[in-house]
Amino acid sequence: MKVSILQFPGTNCEYDTQHAFEDLGATTEIIWHKAKSIPEDTNLLVVAGGFSYGDYLRSGAIAKFSPVMKAVKNYADNGGKVLGICNGFQVLTEAGLLPGALKRNDGLHFISKHHNLKVINNDNIFLEKLSNGDVVNIPIAHHDGNYFIDTDGLTELEQNNQILLKYTDANGKTLNPNGSVDSIAGVCNKEKNVFGLMPHPERAMELLLGSDDGVKMLQGFMEA
Amino acid sequence: MKAIVNISLKAGVLDSQGKAVHHALDSLHFSGVDDVRVGKQIILQLSTEDKTEAMNDVTKMCEDLLANTVIEDYTIELV
Repeated sequence: MKVSILQFPGTNCEYDTQHAFEDLGATTEIIWHKAKSIPEDTNLLVVAGGFSYGDYLRSGAIAKFSPVMKAVKNYADNGGKVLGICNGFQVLTEAGLLPGALKRNDGLHFISKHHNLKVINNDNIFLEKLSNGDVVNIPIAHHDGNYFIDTDGLTELEQNNQILLKYTDANGKTLNPNGSVDSIAGVCNKEKNVFGLMPHPERAMELLLGSDDGVKMLQGFMEA
Repeated sequence: MKAIVNISLKAGVLDSQGKAVHHALDSLHFSGVDDVRVGKQIILQLSTEDKTEAMNDVTKMCEDLLANTVIEDYTIELV
């Protein structure tokens, strides 16, 4: 199992992500954004969190034109598995690999805390280790995590089981920290090989750090 | 020629910064404000003097990079 992790100027979660996947037994490689290709033996490509290009213009807006992004699109178009976490999610929406957009949190504040999420659709490799309705506790840390999609787009997400996770309280009741449409925390594409979420499963890998609920999420990819 | 690009959130997309500014204006007793939208302005110094060419180029820049048309609208003014 080989996980390749993208690194743009300003990415800062690549080493946490590397540590998380290596703990699960994967081999990893960090890919600088100037690379023109990604390693051929890649089983999963992760667009890690952080602040690529300082979030200039819009979060993820500049990163989508990095040289490596062409290879990422090719990889995804050919069925390769891609996971975008936080800024990675923003990059994937900007690049058109995932539907919707992420705008400033409704409260205008940066939010950094543990949050509960409910699994909405587990019929995909990312969440197959969990059951629909399960509640997981995962840290969020973002300023622009307010997911927006128009009404037609939302209907399409629902019809295709593309909504992965929603923000809730510990009982699975809607609790929206940032104003996201329908309290959405993560989505996938129609083909279910590109995944994006604002919360950080790679920061919830051991109880010592508050939660190990991220293990079940990332483990889904390990059996790919 | 200069192109002035104004970008703001689409009507129907909640503008939380606009709302916060509106609220602040209210608390300063500026009561005559019905709505506030906060956007951004990008000023481009262009080498061309051809308006059609400039408009075509800047429109493409907006669609590709300057605006995210999922959530934002843009206007272009050439001066």
